[in-house]
Amino acid sequence: MTDTIRDVADIETPHPVEPERHRRPAWRAGLTLALKIVLALVFGLPLVFMIVSSFKPDAQIFHDLDGIQAFLPVGDLSVDNYVGVFDRVPFAQFLFNSILISVLTVGLGLIMNSLAAFALSRMRIPGGRIALGVILATLIVPFEVMALPLLWEVNQLPYFDGTQIVQGWLDTYTVQIVPFIANAFSIFLFYQYFDSIPKELDEAARVDGAGWFRIYRSIIMPLAGPAVATVAILTFLPAWNQYLWPLMVTQSEAVRPAMVGIDYFKQLNTSWGQIMAYASIITVPVLALFVAFQRSFVNSIASQGLKG
Amino acid sequence: MSTIVKPAPARSGAAPAPARRARTRLVGGRKEAAVGWVMLLPAAVLILTFLLVPIGLTFGLAFTNARLVSPEPARFVGMDNFVALFTDDTFWASLRNTIVFTVVIVPFQSGLALVLALLVNTRTRGTTFFRTVFFLPVVTSIVVVSMLWLFMYQKDGLINVLLSKVGIQGPDWLGDPHWALLAIILMSAWQAMGFHMIIWLAGLQTVPAELYEAAALDGATRWQQFAHVTWPGLRATRTFILITITIAAFGLFTQVQVMTQGGPLNSTTTLVFQAVRSGFQQQQTGYASAISLVFFVLVLVVTLIQRFLTRDKEARR
Repeated sequence: MTDTIRDVADIETPHPVEPERHRRPAWRAGLTLALKIVLALVFGLPLVFMIVSSFKPDAQIFHDLDGIQAFLPVGDLSVDNYVGVFDRVPFAQFLFNSILISVLTVGLGLIMNSLAAFALSRMRIPGGRIALGVILATLIVPFEVMALPLLWEVNQLPYFDGTQIVQGWLDTYTVQIVPFIANAFSIFLFYQYFDSIPKELDEAARVDGAGWFRIYRSIIMPLAGPAVATVAILTFLPAWNQYLWPLMVTQSEAVRPAMVGIDYFKQLNTSWGQIMAYASIITVPVLALFVAFQRSFVNSIASQGLKG
Repeated sequence: MSTIVKPAPARSGAAPAPARRARTRLVGGRKEAAVGWVMLLPAAVLILTFLLVPIGLTFGLAFTNARLVSPEPARFVGMDNFVALFTDDTFWASLRNTIVFTVVIVPFQSGLALVLALLVNTRTRGTTFFRTVFFLPVVTSIVVVSMLWLFMYQKDGLINVLLSKVGIQGPDWLGDPHWALLAIILMSAWQAMGFHMIIWLAGLQTVPAELYEAAALDGATRWQQFAHVTWPGLRATRTFILITITIAAFGLFTQVQVMTQGGPLNSTTTLVFQAVRSGFQQQQTGYASAISLVFFVLVLVVTLIQRFLTRDKEARR
């Protein structure tokens, strides 16, 4: 992971070289551009449609389907749909739950997984190699394989509800956070990155009397910025977008995240304007994060391929 | 993880006596092991509890009559779950749909993603814009994407309106058993394609520029350069993309849950959808574990086949 790509714009790869005899004719460049524009419309317009429609009354959304105005902010625009979303469901609570769950999963995961990777990468510990092998072997197992057995398991585990020990973790924040903190892929990414940092650095620090925790905190982690960004992004997206798991483990609105909350709008009489408003609020912050941190987003995804 | 112990660089001035140094190293080693395990332990315990144990439970519970909530402990029932499974038409429908979904979406999505990558693998103006737009659906949650397309796929929805502009009478995408799975395939590929475009782009980076120059000197056309330089150079990327798309495709659930609930006529039900239906709604954990086990075996088989095929190619080279 040492050669990460600096920016989505910087991915510059060697190009096929044009032999002198056949120069690319101008019409082919034009055709390529036309193809790109069509594809940009295919990928971009549905999202434009979603955001534009969120400001229109239901009747107008259907009426506008027939022309270009479906993608344009024209007509009777208002924030009524957004107001409606907050009226209809405890949306602020859902959003708070989503943010709390994502932030804790990512934050605790960064600490715990980097510590584990540090120990595996830089320290001689008995059983370390076996632990690493087991962690790597689990990488091919998709979450869906064990979702149902895990559901059964967490329903048997003892849970301290503040006053007494009860059985089962269902319908808590804990059950949505704790199983996802430790992450084999995060450990792998940190491990790979730590291995690229010269060992002489910590040997010198050892000689100067630094303890292992100090080396981790003051030497390795400050150098691991790109790995931290990669892991943060790659764990934030699934945490924010989780659907299957909270669908099964949450029953009350107090702990339900926003992704599952969208189901309310399908069950009651459907207002597509409100659905689009709901979808826009839970999507636009992530899109904004992506545009702001585009460089890190693309690095983190590209780095997965480079390990391949 | 170096296993060879490098001698600590001697400090300037008085070196400790040999006997004392040996003892320090021994104590240091034991301390290092202890501190190391303290660092590893939190993650190790969580991985054991929430990854290894559930994987083990998938195997164990598949042979029991475990229920999600039950006063009685689970009882061993041998192959009963599998006998029930293999005589259940819905299971075969979900297995077939899962496989069809995977077999269609893997070449479709990875091939188009490569086309996207080649299209934006330039320095021309607007390249950043196009890359960003192609990538936007990836950062959009699949739940949101499913709701959005549920609306666009309606019989008189956006897609059919657009199709009618060019004279095509669109089908009732999600209401017609012949079209529903295809509709989900198209939407899923649309959502995830930008992700694999980036991975293809990163792979294209690893092809050495000298190879293109040499090929051009030999008078190779652009197509020949692609076939003989680019494509062989992407072998590692190809394997990675095939494995990740395949495994992700086997896990198809959210789109089905949000858009079709497995219908119409079981034409979009999948293994994971059925596992959730039996293990969550009907609380039959044992039966759901049996479905999960089938899913697990599929993943293992595909991973092994792909490993075997790529190894074979390496040997021939």
